[in-house]
Amino acid sequence: MEFLIETILSGLMAGVMYSLVALGFVLIFKASGIFNFAQGVMCLFAALTFAGIMEKTGLPWPIAFVMTIGVMVFVAWAVERFVLRHLVNQEPIILFMVTIGLAYVLEGVGDILWGSNVKVLDIGLPSGASDYMLDTFNIYIEKLEVFAALIAAVLVGFLAIFFQKTRIGRALRAVADDHQAALSVGISLQTIWVIVWSVAGFVALVAGTLWGAKSGVQFSLSLIALKALPVLILGGFTSIPGAIVGGLIIGVGEKLAEIYVGPMVGGAIENWFAYMLALAFLLVRPQGLFGERIIERV
Amino acid sequence: MLYREAGQYKTSYQSDQAIFPIAQDRWVVWTFVAVAFLVVPFFVNDYWTNAVLLPLLIYGLAALGLNILVGYCGQISLGTGGFMAVGAYASYKLMTSFPEMNMILVVLLSGGITAAVGSLFGLPSLRIKGFYLAVATLAAQFFLVWLFNKVGWFYNYSMTGQITAPDREMFGFLLTGPSALPWVKYLFCLTILTVFALIAKNLVRGRLGRNWMAIRDMDIAAELIGVRPLLTKLSAFAVSSFYIGMAGSLLFSVYLGAVEVGEVFGINVSFLVLFMVIIGGLGSIVGSFMGAAFLVLLPIFLKNFMVDGFGMMPVTAKHVEILLMGLLIIFFLIVEPHGLARLWQITKEKLRMWPFPY
Repeated sequence: MEFLIETILSGLMAGVMYSLVALGFVLIFKASGIFNFAQGVMCLFAALTFAGIMEKTGLPWPIAFVMTIGVMVFVAWAVERFVLRHLVNQEPIILFMVTIGLAYVLEGVGDILWGSNVKVLDIGLPSGASDYMLDTFNIYIEKLEVFAALIAAVLVGFLAIFFQKTRIGRALRAVADDHQAALSVGISLQTIWVIVWSVAGFVALVAGTLWGAKSGVQFSLSLIALKALPVLILGGFTSIPGAIVGGLIIGVGEKLAEIYVGPMVGGAIENWFAYMLALAFLLVRPQGLFGERIIERV
Repeated sequence: MLYREAGQYKTSYQSDQAIFPIAQDRWVVWTFVAVAFLVVPFFVNDYWTNAVLLPLLIYGLAALGLNILVGYCGQISLGTGGFMAVGAYASYKLMTSFPEMNMILVVLLSGGITAAVGSLFGLPSLRIKGFYLAVATLAAQFFLVWLFNKVGWFYNYSMTGQITAPDREMFGFLLTGPSALPWVKYLFCLTILTVFALIAKNLVRGRLGRNWMAIRDMDIAAELIGVRPLLTKLSAFAVSSFYIGMAGSLLFSVYLGAVEVGEVFGINVSFLVLFMVIIGGLGSIVGSFMGAAFLVLLPIFLKNFMVDGFGMMPVTAKHVEILLMGLLIIFFLIVEPHGLARLWQITKEKLRMWPFPY
């Protein structure tokens, strides 16, 4: 019983981490209809830059963190100025391909600037097992994972307030609703895109930092994007709550399957189980859990 | 001046329906094919076949297959690597279980098996569309690679988990295995590619191809005018997987000889082939080959240019190569989102007028 709870808890925690990556996807998809494959590499790039700045200059981490945010905002600006601006009104698949190209660019730049060796991101995040949980409930749980869940909750709360209450947030929602209508009431699409890519960059930085603290900053970090994709289709491309709930479902499902189904078929099913789960789910609800209903007209 | 169809009258339905209605096009294509078949085999050596020609032909075949699915039927698939793996493992099992089997038959049957698997994974496309489908096809990619890694039957329980192509002959010449001659490999792949490119060209001009395009342009409207979505989508998946399976089979048996599934048929291959299709031009047969040529030659060129030309460290060069690949892909998509095939078309339009502007 305790083992089951432990599995579910660690699944939930892993799910939170997936949600963080999926969140970045959703933000950009909502605001610009672009399926941003580079989100995973953005996590890697942000974490690399963060670790790199601290390593090269020896600055304390809060300053390095702010500097990294600056870098991500610059990346967002560059993406809008040099790429997206030239591709307005293109087919979605072209934009998707461009973001894969972007992933290559960011990966190359990150490697050239900071080197491709594994970096340790030590900013004093809590680590090891939580003694309290171990003593009272006899359940093993990593402190870092609890911390990550807290951070994710704060981040989602922050984003919710940002989207609902601020002027920029309202503009973002307007753009997500209808590009042309937003343009006609005087919202600048270009500014909005820079902002939304910056926010996605910030989310990527947080996700990258947490993943980096967990398993070191290395190339495999960019592959978590592949983990976030089933989360996305499960939750729906356009829904922030969907990203969170989808992440939790995938996280728990994956852990349970790995432990209870895995041994029967030879193990290591983590790679594809999430996709199969999402696929089976999509057959019932093609737009995902919280996605907007797809209405098609001739 | 040179490229002008004035005076070429079509006096029969046959000439009106020709694949290359313009005489100059016909000459260029015939010359190209003749050079590829009759001249190149005498000059190829090991380096050229292995580094340039074979990947070009094999990825060209895969890109052609994917273009049928993405470019003509509008269903985005990211499972190409997995389907190529099916082709490779099918041909391995066929080659080891039936040593007497002709290699052409092996390749065709591998394609057939992949077509069956492809149609199976194409079933969700009836319900899921667009990017949801793209992500769903990733399920095929990861599941198939995992399957070939885990189930020993597929690699005959070999210790390394690799599959290795046994020696097979074609008309008395060694075709597969480490001591096969480069020109035999080259001609074998070239023949298959030429035949199937011709078949594809005719498929997309016919009823089936028109149905695919109707589904691509708007599936609901297509359904209303009587195109059956089930058959059309599944046939696109089947035909596309057939080509991709053959490419996988050739990649394993003729080109590489030994394959470890996670490395050769990983997700990167899926993206690579999709890039070829998009850079080459969606919905264009020639475009598939142009895209394949571009993405096969570019890394070789960049590597030679940087390592030999500038004396860069290979590690740095690798990073710069990734960066440049990304930049070039973005650049190309911005300059011409409809791919190299569209550029080629524009060139031809210009050539008709040349040297006079109007």
